[in-house]
Amino acid sequence: MSELPDGWEMVIGLEVHVELATATKLFCGCANAFGDEPNTNICPTCLGLPGSLPVPNEQAVAYAMKLGRALNCTVSPSIFARKNYFYPDMPKDFQTTQYEEPTNENGFVELPNGTSVGVERAHIEEDTGKSTHLGGGGRIHDATATLVDYNRAGVPLVEVVSRPEMHDAETARSYVAELRDLLLATGVSDARMEEGSMRVDANVSVRPVGSDELRTRCEVKNINSLRSLGRAINYEARRHVDLWTNGDAPRQETRHWDEDGGRTTSGRSKEDADDYRYFACPDLPPLVPTQATIADIDATMPALPAARRSNLADAAGIAIADTTLTVERGLDGLVLEAIAAGADAGVAMKHADQNLSDGQGMLTAEAFAALITMEGEGAVSATQVKTVLAELVANGGDPAAIAGDMGFEAMDTSELDTLLDGLIQSSPDEWARFVEGDPKVQGFFVGQIMKATQGKADGKIVNQLMRQRAQG
Amino acid sequence: MADSIGICDHQNVHPMSGEISRDEVAHVASLARLRLSEDELDTFTKQLCVVLETAADLNSLDLDDVEPMAQPYPLANVLRSDEIIPSLDRDEVLAQAPVAEDGRFRVPPALGEAP
Amino acid sequence: MNTATELAAHVRSGDQSASVALAEALGSIADSDHDINAFLHLTRDRAEQQALAIDQAVAAGTDPGPLAGVPIAIKDNMCTRGEPTTCSSKILEGWRPPYDATVISRLEAAGAIIVGKTNLDEFAMGSSTENSAFGATRNPHDLSRVPGGSSGGSAAAVAAGYVPLSLGSDTGGSIRQPAALCGVVGVKPTYGAVSRYGLIAFASSLDQIGPFATNVTDAALCYDVIAGHDPLDATSIPIEQASTLATLGDGVAGMRIGIIDELCGEGIDADVIARTHEAADALRAAGATVETVSIPATIYGLAAYYLIAPAEASSNLARFDGVRYGQRVDGVNVAAMNVATRSAGFGDEVKRRIMLGTYALSSGYYDAYYGKAQKVRSLISDEFATAYKSFDLLLSPTSPSTAFKIGAKSDPMALYMCDVCTIPSNLAGHPALSVPFGAGDDGLPIGVQVLAPMLDEAKMFRAAKVLEDAAGGQS
Repeated sequence: MSELPDGWEMVIGLEVHVELATATKLFCGCANAFGDEPNTNICPTCLGLPGSLPVPNEQAVAYAMKLGRALNCTVSPSIFARKNYFYPDMPKDFQTTQYEEPTNENGFVELPNGTSVGVERAHIEEDTGKSTHLGGGGRIHDATATLVDYNRAGVPLVEVVSRPEMHDAETARSYVAELRDLLLATGVSDARMEEGSMRVDANVSVRPVGSDELRTRCEVKNINSLRSLGRAINYEARRHVDLWTNGDAPRQETRHWDEDGGRTTSGRSKEDADDYRYFACPDLPPLVPTQATIADIDATMPALPAARRSNLADAAGIAIADTTLTVERGLDGLVLEAIAAGADAGVAMKHADQNLSDGQGMLTAEAFAALITMEGEGAVSATQVKTVLAELVANGGDPAAIAGDMGFEAMDTSELDTLLDGLIQSSPDEWARFVEGDPKVQGFFVGQIMKATQGKADGKIVNQLMRQRAQG
Repeated sequence: MADSIGICDHQNVHPMSGEISRDEVAHVASLARLRLSEDELDTFTKQLCVVLETAADLNSLDLDDVEPMAQPYPLANVLRSDEIIPSLDRDEVLAQAPVAEDGRFRVPPALGEAP
Repeated sequence: MNTATELAAHVRSGDQSASVALAEALGSIADSDHDINAFLHLTRDRAEQQALAIDQAVAAGTDPGPLAGVPIAIKDNMCTRGEPTTCSSKILEGWRPPYDATVISRLEAAGAIIVGKTNLDEFAMGSSTENSAFGATRNPHDLSRVPGGSSGGSAAAVAAGYVPLSLGSDTGGSIRQPAALCGVVGVKPTYGAVSRYGLIAFASSLDQIGPFATNVTDAALCYDVIAGHDPLDATSIPIEQASTLATLGDGVAGMRIGIIDELCGEGIDADVIARTHEAADALRAAGATVETVSIPATIYGLAAYYLIAPAEASSNLARFDGVRYGQRVDGVNVAAMNVATRSAGFGDEVKRRIMLGTYALSSGYYDAYYGKAQKVRSLISDEFATAYKSFDLLLSPTSPSTAFKIGAKSDPMALYMCDVCTIPSNLAGHPALSVPFGAGDDGLPIGVQVLAPMLDEAKMFRAAKVLEDAAGGQS
């Protein structure tokens, strides 16, 4: 169910809540930690006790601005607002968030395929506590009681709201993967969907292809992995199309993704339509970042995935889409340096993609470049290169020395000639078949030569010699 | 604006008047998690109308060029360093809870997920 | 009863035992507070421990601080760790906070003895202390009359002579108005001058904690102890504030003082206006020039206040939902439990203001109500700022009338009118105090209000001292 019927396209917007990797919570000095005993990281402020007051965490604000700039947003003065609603995991029965004046607005995320998705805003807000539902198999609908742990209440979040500019599940997944890479590169969050430090909600609607209308959308929650994201989006979009096609319409509501059942179900009833009665929080003065602060953030921004892909594409003379794997593995620095040291770009990229799946290890750029040069000169065979590379990754060292230790010396071609002569004489029938074009005997000759040279011969060169001899 | 932002219109849909209807009072009570008896609904509606009539005095002012007052004493960038401070003792806190279980606050089941 | 100043001096010098002073205070409370009902709860054990520690410190040659051994009563909307803190509401009946308000820590560090928690209008919403869930407090001058509100218990505790100092909170006049009705000094600081950490919020942008005292010197002493920056309150002013005590006797010669015209006419009783003009004369006699000043926006203060304060309150009081503390009335699900708990736990005035506030913030009404009121607030603030360019201080009545009979004002609007003179300074944020000045035709106390620019408390106290001396000193 991954394609919509002809004539329909899906419109996807994603809201991603990111837990910031600060030591303490957003408005108090309680530890920002995952997995501690319930209600052991609480204080009057994050418990919302009467009389308590919030004071913003400077690191959380710094991280939020850093994330904003990594998302190419404009960073502006901002105001904390109260979003008022009742729920037991909300200690104050309002959430302190940002509403009309958020920290970050109007950015974008560049995807590996070269397209980009707009980011409407990325605002700071506090997390809620965690509810556990007793009875009813842990499902909320049949619960007999709810237990609440406020350790997570007050943890700093940035909510990244994309524009509704994605039109298939793959783009949505790519967007989330890219966002995750940005978060890791900036160090702003550990972005683990399974642990809840990155939570994705999808807003899904559909429309006829070619139209630019925005029809009723549903918010899908409880998406816990990239795979679920794709499945949920496809299911929900299809559900909408089916409704529209039957002359019906989806209700604007929140839906819950049921991973086991492979479907979305209706969530909160929308009768109690949410009037959040936003107003500026009187306990919190505005945040006013200076130009100097923003310039400093930009100056100290680490190399981000999009820029790294682009640099590598330029240096290696390849398409951006072909740089993805190398950059994902963090090998672009290695490849760029190796190219600068004279290595062939294509060969370097090939090795990065195919032979360095566990990373660089102890391999240095100099050694990498040297090895690639040896390979180009035929000093080592293709198989030997892999072995030397693995050794360099595991233990470092010098490629020539390692090749020597392993006995990988370049074989003199005249030696191979002599061996081949010998074989042609001793196996004339096989040779005749080879000359006539029978590919099956090729392996026989190569195998014999390998045996005679104890594997030191370069298979490519042997094949080359055989061809030349056959033609000659 | 994303759906989770909710009903967001800070638009001047209704001009200020002294009128608040009984239905509006009932709606507002439910938003505030208050239950009013029929009599209370009547009484409160009358009383709120009186207060809102006084508020309607503000209609005579020309406020187009006036900025809302953000803070009495203007401050900005009031921040705290990211250092851990000891938390409250869980037992002391839970001793004050109406119902606690397993180190957590126990409540009747929540209907539906959080917004 | 000694003044706080005298008592502290005696205790510090070793002439007076803190424990003995405490026992006397507790004794006088036991004797007659059943008639007045100023106190909801006495913090006897804590007080006795503190008094003992003070006496031991003095014996050991350490200075216990400027309020050494002074018994002080605290309005029951400020958190005192391990002690009941109810806001005079059923919904918080039995709650003992696990932390102290910053002002409590500052007082105890200065040697003061917290004696008990005093009665208030529920959640500080009211002008008579009749809205308490635990019975009204009576005015010590006339037990058939209200002490004012919402800090009626703290005002009465000082007026009755139980303690020389108490703390109240002021959002629309809740310190100054009861001070006037009870014939004591009551001070509302500059917004942000005193930490709100641990003050159970009513309207966050208006609330301030301040002292009651029988005389201006004691009030200044207490103010200097509680004022100051608090990193736990993000609205707390980071500027070092001048001591009000240090310059208290400097007088008002050369000051320009303005009587606010709009607050001296219609709606104010004739005897109150008369006392205010006499106060102006006293300031003139002390060398100030006093003229009338017009601040037209003040007449809109009531309307703006009764939109802003309830709006913020509706949000601040949402946390009382039966989940984590306080009373709970069960329900089949958590929402039903919230409704049952809040409906049973809150009194009518609180419910009224929550609904008003919810309405003022609600979708479609925000601009017309809350948004507009915040603009009016700017207007008021700007007009005061303009007035303060020509005047050092302003003067007005504190309360439109003397203490009224318990039960006399049952209509909410009538009670709201009590705050017409005090509300503007909460909206603008600048400091104001009430100092007793004579009596009404009925013999009941009258207070006049001195208003000052932001952070100019020192000047405000100087004028209050002049007025106190002119009025014949402390009661």
